[in-house]
Amino acid sequence: MANSKSHPATSRALVRRETISGYLFMLPSLIFFVGFVIIPMILCIYTSFFDANLTANGEDTFIGFANYVELFNDSIFRKALLNTIIIVVVSVPVTCVFSLWVSSVIYKLRGSLLSFFRCVFYLPVVTGSVAVTVVWKWIYSYRTGVLNDVLTGIGILDGNVNWLGDTSTALACIIVILLTTSVGQPIVLYVSALGNVDSTLIEAAEVDGATDFQVFWRIKWPQMMPTTLYILVITTINSFQCFALIQLLTSGGPTHATDTVMYYIYYSAFKLYRLGYGNAMGVILAIFIALLSALQFKLAEEK
Amino acid sequence: MKSNVKSKHPSAYKVISLIVLIIFAILFLFPLYWIITGAFKPTTDIYSADTVWWPTQWVTTNFEKLFANRSAPLFTIGSLEGPTVPAAIRWLINSVFMSVMAMLLTCITASMAGYALAKKRFIGRGVVFTLIVCAMALPKQVILIPLIREISAMGLYNSLWAVILPTVGWPFGVFLMKQFSEGVPGEMLEAARIDGAGEAQTFVQIVMPLIKPGIGALAIFTFINSWNDYFTQLIMLTSSANYSIAVGISTLQGDSSTDFGILMAGAALAAVPIITVFLIFQKYFTQGITMGAVKG
Repeated sequence: MANSKSHPATSRALVRRETISGYLFMLPSLIFFVGFVIIPMILCIYTSFFDANLTANGEDTFIGFANYVELFNDSIFRKALLNTIIIVVVSVPVTCVFSLWVSSVIYKLRGSLLSFFRCVFYLPVVTGSVAVTVVWKWIYSYRTGVLNDVLTGIGILDGNVNWLGDTSTALACIIVILLTTSVGQPIVLYVSALGNVDSTLIEAAEVDGATDFQVFWRIKWPQMMPTTLYILVITTINSFQCFALIQLLTSGGPTHATDTVMYYIYYSAFKLYRLGYGNAMGVILAIFIALLSALQFKLAEEK
Repeated sequence: MKSNVKSKHPSAYKVISLIVLIIFAILFLFPLYWIITGAFKPTTDIYSADTVWWPTQWVTTNFEKLFANRSAPLFTIGSLEGPTVPAAIRWLINSVFMSVMAMLLTCITASMAGYALAKKRFIGRGVVFTLIVCAMALPKQVILIPLIREISAMGLYNSLWAVILPTVGWPFGVFLMKQFSEGVPGEMLEAARIDGAGEAQTFVQIVMPLIKPGIGALAIFTFINSWNDYFTQLIMLTSSANYSIAVGISTLQGDSSTDFGILMAGAALAAVPIITVFLIFQKYFTQGITMGAVKG
C-alpha cells in the first residue's frame, strides 16, 4: 500500500497486474458461475415473455406479459403462493426460537455432550430429504403408521386420521417435517455465537444483580443480532425450497391443499410442459424472496 | 440472600429444560431409528396394525426384494458396459461419482476464486462479489427450466454431468473460501513475491496450506449437499441406469401399494453412507457452517 502511494506510475502497473491475475484465478469458477447460474437467470426472465413448451424446441412465440397476467388470475397459483407464505410464516419463527432455545441449553455442556446434541439435531439434514420423506410417509400412514397408533393408544384420537389425505392436516404435517430438517444449521450457528459473547460483560451485569432474563435480553441478544439475521435469511430460503416433501408426500394434493410455488413451477414444466409460464413464476418468486430478504435486513438494522 | 435465590432458580430451570431437550433429541433420532429397524423387519411386522417397536426377527428380505426389483450395468463408459448388478448398487455408484466430482471441481475452482476475491484488488471485484452474494439467496428451482434447456443444448441431459456442472456453478463455495482466505497474512504473499515466486507458485505453496481447513470444510459440505440434492437429480436424470440413490428410492414408492419394507431398505442404503461420512468429518463441517456466516 505504501509503495503505491509513493510511486503513482508503478501503482497503475500494479492494478493492471492484480486485475489480470485476479481474473485468471477467478476464471474457472466464473465459467461455471456464469454458465450455470447467470445465463439461466437471464434466460429465465427472457423466456417468461414467451409461450414456450418443451416439445416445440426453438419455436417460442412472444406474448409479452400474458404469462404474468394469467398467473395473477390463476387460482391455483394464488393458493400455492398462500401456502408458501403460510409455510414461511410458521416455520421461520418456530425454527429460530426453537434453535435459540436448544443452543442456550447446550452451549455450556461438556464438549462431547455438546457435539452429541448438535449432531442429533443436524441428522435429519444429513439423512437427506428422500430418506426423511419416505420414513415420515410411513409414520403418517393411515393404517400402519406409528402416529395414529400412538395417538389412539393414549386416547388423544378416537380413530385413525388420514394425515396426508385430509385438507385440514396435510399442510401442517409437511411443516412439521420441514421444521425437523431446518433447525440443524441454526443450532450450530447459535452455539458458536453464544460462545463468542463477551463474558466480561455478562459477569459485570451479574455483579450488578441482573437476572438471567436481563442478561440474555440486554447483553447476549444484541450481540447475536448478525447471527439471527443470517439465520432468518437462510431459513426463509430453505422454507421456500421445500420441494421433495411435497412432491413425494402429497404431490400438491389433496385438492391443492399443499401446493407451493416451488412445486407448481415443477408441475408447470414437467406435467403441463409450459416453460414460459413456469419461468414467469420463477421470476415472481425471485422478486418475492429479494423483497423479503431486503425487508429482514432493514428490520434488523433498525433494531 | 439475593444471590442464594438466584443460584437455586436456574438449577430447577436447567433440569427441566434438559429433560425437554432429551425428549426432543429422541424425537429427532426416531425417524432414523425407524428407517434402520424398518429395513430389517419382516413384512408381518411392517403391516401390523399394532406398532412393532423392535423387529420380532431381523431379516434381510427387504434388501433382497429391493435388489431383485430392477437391474442395471455396474458402470457405463462410452459403449462399454459392466456386468449386470442390482440397480440400487448402480445408483449408489452414481451418487458417489457425482458427489466426488462435484466436490473436487468445487474445491479447486472455489479456493482459487475465493483467494482472488479476498487478496487481489482487481477492477470489478465489488461487482463480482455482489453478484455472488445475490445469487446465493436465490432458490435453485427458479432457474431449473432454462437450465434444462441449456444442458439439453449441450447434449448432456440425462447424464451425470448434468447434475455435477450446475452444482459447481453454485457460488456458496466461493463465498466460503473468500472468508477463509481473508485470514492469509498479506506480508507472507508480499515476501513470496519479493523472493521471486510466481502467482501460481504462491497460491500452491503459501495459500493452499493456510486455507486447508477451509478446503476440508468445503469438501465435506459439497459432498453432503450434492449427495442429497434430490431436486437437480430428479429433473436431470431420466433413465433408471443414471438415477442417483435418492431418485432411485423415490421411484420405488407406488401410488396405492407402497411397500414400506423396500422403501426403508432403500432409505437406509441412501442415508447410512452419508451419515457415516458426516460423523467422521463432523468437525470440519461445523467449522464450515460457522465460517460461512461470519460476515453473512
